[in-house]
Amino acid sequence: MNAIFSSTPFILLLVLGSYLAGCKLHQKKHIALFHPLLVAMVLIIALLSLLDIDYDTFCAGSSFISFLLGPSVVALGYALYEQIEQIRGKEIPVLTAVFAGGIVGIVSVIAICRMMGVDEAITSSLQPKSVTIPIAISLSEHSHGIPSLTAVIVFGCGLLGGIIGPAVLDRCHVNSRVARGLALGSAAHGLGTARAIELGAVEGAISGLAIGLMGVITSLLIPVFETLMR
Amino acid sequence: MIKGFCYIMLFYVLGEMVSLLIGKLIPGSVCGMILLFLALTLKWVRPRDVDKAASALTRNMALFFVPASIGLMHEYKILMSNWVVLLTVSVVTTLLVIIVVGVTEEHLDRKLSRKKGGVEQ
Repeated sequence: MNAIFSSTPFILLLVLGSYLAGCKLHQKKHIALFHPLLVAMVLIIALLSLLDIDYDTFCAGSSFISFLLGPSVVALGYALYEQIEQIRGKEIPVLTAVFAGGIVGIVSVIAICRMMGVDEAITSSLQPKSVTIPIAISLSEHSHGIPSLTAVIVFGCGLLGGIIGPAVLDRCHVNSRVARGLALGSAAHGLGTARAIELGAVEGAISGLAIGLMGVITSLLIPVFETLMR
Repeated sequence: MIKGFCYIMLFYVLGEMVSLLIGKLIPGSVCGMILLFLALTLKWVRPRDVDKAASALTRNMALFFVPASIGLMHEYKILMSNWVVLLTVSVVTTLLVIIVVGVTEEHLDRKLSRKKGGVEQ
């Protein structure tokens, strides 16, 4: 039986099935914590230990799915192209704001990590924390971070940003729809966008664009800060 | 659809090449994303050639990072022993990014539109 459990088809079934279960649960109960990713993680980790499948076997079996992470990042270029129309005439304020957000995001991570004295690997894992998870994982891997830690922290930040974002923006008297959508997408990626869509169509669309912009800008800034700060 | 995947792989490969050329400063997939965006903007690639494949990939993106997240099973000790830092960084930086982006956009936008046509405002 163990030969079956360790086979690639079984591991692919495990990943797809757990993810599907997560999607179904998310559709039924609209609670952010029941995100397909989290549900799938919990299910898979439980089943792996239950069926006694070791982590390396799991990685080998699921490498086909992990591979698709790269092409899906490339495909985000198309999403960015589709959404860039939204800011026609507002290019300067939007790009400056995301650029400023990117700098503040990276510098604050590095500053807090330095102050609290943690491993370089943890700093590298946290640097891309405002970016959509697939890009964040690539960036984390790239700068010798811990991709799984990045995934979880980025998810947590997205959840947090989506929940408290609108209230924070109210308190800072940010009222324009573009600014609100942009802030949510830049700080809380897909989860921020989910919240922005609830606020309105303009907020949602701009937030979707912000995900791509923040991804590109952070990718370009990380190497700059890595050379500057070392 | 196959044509679309072909384009995406092509830009992935080109992205990896650019990444190598710039000394691996930026991951190949991210370079590929930027190149695909530029190619579409410059009309070297028609949007309808890539739209189906690109949407298929981006719509279910969460699935593709499920395996990578499972690595946490091995790294949970790091999460446990550094939770103070991780929580502080997450909360502080998320708040900072929201505020900086929101306030900067709103102020610049207001300033620029006032400059363009004071009557409108």
